[in-house]
Amino acid sequence: MAVQIPFANIAKVQEDTVVEDIFLTGLLQQCQVNQAAPQWLKDIRQQSKSWLSRLSVPTKKDEDWRFIDLSSLTAGKFVTPRNPVGANGRSPLLPETENSRLVFINGIYNDELSNLAGLPQGIYVGNLNNLPNDYDATKYFAQQSGADAFTALNTAGGDDVAVVWVNKNVALETPLHLMFIAHSEQETNFTQPRTLVVAETGSSITLIEEYIGTGEYFTNAVTELFVQGNSRVNHTRLQQESYASYHIGKTAVAQERDSHYTINEINLGAKLCRHNPEVWQQGEQTETNLNGLTVATGEQISDTHSIIALSKPHGTTNQLHKCIVSDRAHTVFNGKVFVPKEAQLTDATQLNRNLMLSPKARIDTKPELQITADNVKCAHGATVSQLEAEEIFYLRSRGLSQADANQLLIDAFAAEIIDRLPLESLRLKITQTIEQKVKH
Amino acid sequence: MSETILSVRNLTASIDGTPILQGVNLEIKAGEVHAIMGRNGSGKSTLSKIIAGHPDYEVTGGEIIYQGKDVVDLEPNERANSGIFLAFQYPLAIPGVSNLDFMRVAYNAKRKYQGLEEIDTFDFEDLIEEKLEVVKMKSSFLERSLNEGFSGGEKKRNEILQMALLDPTLTILDEIDSGLDIDALRIVSDGVNQLKTPEKALLVITHYQRLLDYIEPDFVHVMREGKIVTSGGKELALELESRGYDFLDDKSDDKSTVGVGV
Repeated sequence: MAVQIPFANIAKVQEDTVVEDIFLTGLLQQCQVNQAAPQWLKDIRQQSKSWLSRLSVPTKKDEDWRFIDLSSLTAGKFVTPRNPVGANGRSPLLPETENSRLVFINGIYNDELSNLAGLPQGIYVGNLNNLPNDYDATKYFAQQSGADAFTALNTAGGDDVAVVWVNKNVALETPLHLMFIAHSEQETNFTQPRTLVVAETGSSITLIEEYIGTGEYFTNAVTELFVQGNSRVNHTRLQQESYASYHIGKTAVAQERDSHYTINEINLGAKLCRHNPEVWQQGEQTETNLNGLTVATGEQISDTHSIIALSKPHGTTNQLHKCIVSDRAHTVFNGKVFVPKEAQLTDATQLNRNLMLSPKARIDTKPELQITADNVKCAHGATVSQLEAEEIFYLRSRGLSQADANQLLIDAFAAEIIDRLPLESLRLKITQTIEQKVKH
Repeated sequence: MSETILSVRNLTASIDGTPILQGVNLEIKAGEVHAIMGRNGSGKSTLSKIIAGHPDYEVTGGEIIYQGKDVVDLEPNERANSGIFLAFQYPLAIPGVSNLDFMRVAYNAKRKYQGLEEIDTFDFEDLIEEKLEVVKMKSSFLERSLNEGFSGGEKKRNEILQMALLDPTLTILDEIDSGLDIDALRIVSDGVNQLKTPEKALLVITHYQRLLDYIEPDFVHVMREGKIVTSGGKELALELESRGYDFLDDKSDDKSTVGVGV
């Protein structure tokens, strides 16, 4: 790789310095080694464990974490779930993925709720333990995810792994739905969903990755995607965790030449959410689209820190991240785009738009383009606005009440991202969820 | 004698403490077309916004009687739903709201106000399809975001489409002609003329006499410094066109101004 991006934590860790962070160590001790796992996976977990002993939970002194305070998370007492649980009353399923759904509950694959009958030949969807031998996951697992503390914790202590593997030139028309359901009753659970997606050369897939849950818990999720030459991945990541939960997530993407990767990131839930999408373009003429929508209400904190690193000529990246923030909620956006000398003729745009609905809400935004190539087209920007009084008057002069006019304008702001979601049922569901959420 | 639709009496208003209307008197009966002309800053657009209920303006005195009821304390949406329609000089563009959805929501808001059941998407599409004829618009306009990327003429036609749909009793056209070429002006005024009935009234606010060749007024009023300073028939507009607003300055200096139409 031509660019080396320093991870905030790594920079501080000195060789052979054992930190033994109490929170991380405590969580790791909860995690049990899955004896059925192959030896190579156990080895990786062991390596990650020893790496983790040198790391600590980031604080506000770390540049990449300076906008949010993790002390309420680190004060929590989390345990790994004792018994697998069944689905509870909610029906969050999508009609389009009736027969193409993989469900994990509290980190464990759930056969009862999963249904993969609609999948064609040439694709594997399941957990890592059942992955047929002709697929070699060693080349991919934990190769792209990075070495920060939460990712290392997931790699070291994870149990099950969801695997989606699309064979060469296979175009999957049915969208695939991965659901990670968390559920806590008496205790506050700690779960570490892990997903590996390999889209081989010339393949294409539409993937919906969803996090939902009930009760108070901590989800530490890592998803790695390998988007090989000329393949296309349309990825929707929907975070609808319970309002009492913590969600920390990493989406690490490696893109080969001529590939297209799109992520639609929707953050609606969790008391505290942090998502790190990181895309590494590794070949020429690669296209990346990052669409994001965060809606934060009450006292929610939601932070997206993205990285797009180009490394070859003719790359394209488009990023539009929108936040709707009300009450005393707080959103953060930091988007880094690296355009090194090798990445000539890059076309990069990045825009963060924020809609502030309350004077007590807080928005931090930090678009960051680092360009050393000299023949590129790059633009970035950030806006923060409120509902426009003249627009509201226009709508009211056509008979809409104040509340309906506000709602219409909020919907319109969100629609720019929601319209990019691949399924009609998903667009409807998200629109309705947002309407409920911003209505008091 | 026809019913009085609008009766504005001694209306004074201010914005951020600055007086902007200084005692406006105006009476409009069913079937009538009134035009208000005047220079920029004379208060004519302000008057239209105040009748529609713009929240930035404070009514400091007088009354706005619409169909026998003072509407000064009504919300803008209540005024709209009871039949007052303001076609904006600068219609706002709202990306992300389709023109079709917007019109349906507005139409249903009125139905709800009238105690009628909301109309469903399919019936609404049939209804709006008919109305498109009035302003010669293609149905593809409905798919686009509200006024987003519309030309000046398209925006104004879209205002008249809303007028056709919402079927107001009192329509105020605020500089509907500004920035229009002759073809667009013709389409817009044809639309307005088709919607005229003996039960309804029209208040046309304009800078230019040209519009009044297409939408013929029964009365013309001239505003200056927040008041109506002179009123007359449509010949007054022609006089203004040939002599300019300056002749009014002399006129108003000569004799004390009288609000006409009370």
